[in-house]
Amino acid sequence: MNFISGPNAVAQALSLPAGTHISSSQLLGAGSDQITQIISLLSYVFFIVLIFYGQRIQMYVMIREVENSLHKLKHIKEEGRKTTIEAIKEIGKPAVDPSPRVDRFLEYFTIGPQGMDPAGIVYKLDHILDVRDERLKEEVKLMAPSSDDIQINNLENTLEAAMALNFIYKVVRHYYIQGKKTLSLYVIMQLQMILPMVMKEADAYSSALKAFAYGQPIGDGAGPLVAGKLMHGYEVRKLPKDCVMATVPIEGRVGLIIKAEGPGGNVGKPGDAVEAVIEENQGKIACLIMIDAGLKLEGETVGEVSEGIGAAIGGPGVDAYKIEEKLTKYKIPNYAIIVKEDIGDAVSPMRKEIHDAADKVIERVKSVIVERTKEGDKIIIVGVGNSIGVGQ
Amino acid sequence: MTQNQTQVAPASKKISTYLAVIVLIVMALAVTALFIAAYTYINATTAEDQITAAAFGVIGLVALAMSVFTLFQSRRQVEQMKIQAPKVMTTIECQNKGCNQKTVREFQRGDYVYKELDVPCTKCGGKQMVTAIYKEIKEKEKTYNV
Repeated sequence: MNFISGPNAVAQALSLPAGTHISSSQLLGAGSDQITQIISLLSYVFFIVLIFYGQRIQMYVMIREVENSLHKLKHIKEEGRKTTIEAIKEIGKPAVDPSPRVDRFLEYFTIGPQGMDPAGIVYKLDHILDVRDERLKEEVKLMAPSSDDIQINNLENTLEAAMALNFIYKVVRHYYIQGKKTLSLYVIMQLQMILPMVMKEADAYSSALKAFAYGQPIGDGAGPLVAGKLMHGYEVRKLPKDCVMATVPIEGRVGLIIKAEGPGGNVGKPGDAVEAVIEENQGKIACLIMIDAGLKLEGETVGEVSEGIGAAIGGPGVDAYKIEEKLTKYKIPNYAIIVKEDIGDAVSPMRKEIHDAADKVIERVKSVIVERTKEGDKIIIVGVGNSIGVGQ
Repeated sequence: MTQNQTQVAPASKKISTYLAVIVLIVMALAVTALFIAAYTYINATTAEDQITAAAFGVIGLVALAMSVFTLFQSRRQVEQMKIQAPKVMTTIECQNKGCNQKTVREFQRGDYVYKELDVPCTKCGGKQMVTAIYKEIKEKEKTYNV
């Protein structure tokens, strides 16, 4: 069977010399039987469809990919909610079902200070964060009346992880629906491009949930772990806010070791603690050494120890600002030592490599002290990070 | 109480019907192509027939491989939906300087680093302390030689 009748007509249409004979098989491709011709014809159709609808097909593939990730995010979010409610019921022994309160809590938001006139914005932000923290703690107390302070901190952290998962899910869902509604390749493409990073973060928070609920140390606790190791066995006193300090002899110097109070999930306010200690000593501090978990770049090893200068502290920047202000006022040098890890390691149960890095950090701290200070000097050493599962 | 159970996702473990139908159609077409390839090869009279048979064979095999791969990939995606709770271990060490007793057990709720335990050392009867809590990672990270 010939699909194109009249080969001479085809030759004429293509302006070929008269008498040129073109068979259908020649026109449609190699092969002589009917199936070959059908496949050839289909490949032409496929090619034409790709020319006109290629981008749209690509978009549907992307939408499908985003949809799959969104399903996973939804599942993770639901698991987070379930884990939180179970933890509250188990630890807090509430008289009423905490689910409606947890659901309300998951939608909780914080409005940052107005930045049109930036003067004094740090203290405004500090105040907002204090109010938020207080409010969250009170909510947790209401949800879990039988829990002690340590458990309240752990439950607060669990709820915050569940809140983060809920927020991630809602933002991804927003862009997914917007992309589907507008059929805009660029909305979908942007979402699809950042999705691997978003999923990595969501996975990290999902493993953080269990760690927080059970009070296991997390990767971010590298700083408090080192500080705890240095101060263990010495008298500990409380500092503002939610921090503790011990005076420890170290390499012939006086080490003032600070960390967030553990073993509850708590980062404290190292800014306030360092400010207080510097003022107590009238600024007579030889140096400040900050130890924290630092984000590693791809290719770097987890648990690698690195040294530098500056305020090694994350968060919204309030604590870093306060520390920098005091250090500048008294001209105190500031050294930083970080333990490298990625975002997943930082919020999930502590990896062995990070735990093992604590001894290496102590060695670095000692070498900095010996090289940069004189015997009898006072040195502040701050272990920055979440003290969950790490005592003192 | 050990807290390290593996959670299994309650969500659907099946792959989507839409994808399954597409994969089945492609598989059917692939099998047909392979059948035609075999038939053409057996009844081949010319070299052109043999080339056609080979072409159908290649198309059939590629389509079959692709559909099987898609099926496995989507199953893997469903597997990824499961949230794995990592195994967390607690290291307990005796505080007596001469005794090097070290115990590693699964994490129990209430454990924290530098916690002094009420249970005395089985070797010397000394005080014991939690010295480390960490998760075990079985999979080795993929390395890139750059």
